Amino acid sequence: MSKLSKLVTDPINLNNPITVQVLGICSALAVTVKLEPAVVMSLSVTFVIAFSNVIISLLRNTIPTRIRIIVQLVVIAFLVIIVDQFLKAFVYDVSKQLSVFVGLIITNCIIMGRLEAFALGNKPFPALLDGIGNGAGYGIILIIVAFFRELFGSGTIWGLQVIPQALYDAGYENNGLMILPPMALIVVGAIIWIQRGSFKSLQEK
Amino acid sequence: MNVQSNTYTFIYAVVMVIIVAVGLSLTSISLKNRQQSNIEKEKKQSILKSIGIECTRDQAVDLFSTYVKNVYAIDYQGQKIDGVDAFSLDLAVEQAKSDETQRYYPVFECENNGTKLNVFPVRGKGLWGPIWGFVALEGDFNTVYGVTFDHKSETPGLGAEITTADFQAQFVGKQIFNDLNEFVSILVKKPAQYNPNDLHEVQGFSGSTLTCNGLQDMLENSLKPYEKFFLSHQ
Repeated sequence: MSKLSKLVTDPINLNNPITVQVLGICSALAVTVKLEPAVVMSLSVTFVIAFSNVIISLLRNTIPTRIRIIVQLVVIAFLVIIVDQFLKAFVYDVSKQLSVFVGLIITNCIIMGRLEAFALGNKPFPALLDGIGNGAGYGIILIIVAFFRELFGSGTIWGLQVIPQALYDAGYENNGLMILPPMALIVVGAIIWIQRGSFKSLQEK
Repeated sequence: MNVQSNTYTFIYAVVMVIIVAVGLSLTSISLKNRQQSNIEKEKKQSILKSIGIECTRDQAVDLFSTYVKNVYAIDYQGQKIDGVDAFSLDLAVEQAKSDETQRYYPVFECENNGTKLNVFPVRGKGLWGPIWGFVALEGDFNTVYGVTFDHKSETPGLGAEITTADFQAQFVGKQIFNDLNEFVSILVKKPAQYNPNDLHEVQGFSGSTLTCNGLQDMLENSLKPYEKFFLSHQ
């Protein structure tokens, strides 16, 4: 059991896809201006990664080696298009904010990486856990970054004003740099710094 | 069975593609109505925004019937015609018709606080994909009351800035006809060449020249067909 639970907890911290493996940075920079799209993006990626992991794991003994990358891509693309269609039908505004980035989940290297490295060689249940763990590890970083960017960039959390008007009247201004992608990179960098500082096992000798 | 043989690989690929295609078609068909209604509501929301009514997508349906008094279509000579569902006219389809005389253009007649306004759709090409929007003109069919723009895939932070309130606010009060009553549209100038006193230009963004040019062409090409209509009502 501890081995199975490690599949979920490892990618959240010590083997985090963004901060430790440094994968999937592009979307982490692009959709973290506000909290809401970041959460939807995290859920979408978790959904895609978990289900593609399960599907590939179920098919793993039938997939011809020569076309396995194509099979993986078809499965991922299939799931991403379904997610995209559902977002357009049920959360239209968020789907507009995410715009091209939903389609770009297909090219998110975390997903292909998990399929190649894990799903092709493991049973469906561990594959599902691995997918959820990696999705959550990706999501948690997105949400942390989006929290700080929205708070300091727009003065809001989930669209609600949290920095009081009195502070603005006293001369406080939102930090425009927080809205721009470079600041997301710096926030991710700061998270990596804190994480490495606190966990000895992540430091190179 | 030999999983690595050519025949198996080939059949595997074909079956996989068919299953995926069927799955995607079913999803698309079953969600189509819902997506379509979202797009329609958004259209109503944008039209309302161009006449200065801010609302959510769900409120848009009710408010649309309150503020929009009449929707009709005109032909290429600016004559009102009957028998066309003006609200559903798709500018992309109309612009693609090779025969100019067969193109129809919608007019949305609105009233906000007793002011009569007319809203006209515009559509053109940005850098990466289509851009579109609505232009609300005052009763003189010359002065801009408000605009909304939207885009499919312009670069966030650059071309996508055309959707910002600051950019769109620049259009308010600009005029599409010059003193000689010739149609001149509104130009989108580079920041360095921009003259704030000119009634026929707004300031674009550095780094987004192609989107700005696209927007300028869009305004000219989409409003030009209405020229006769504008002149006959002025």
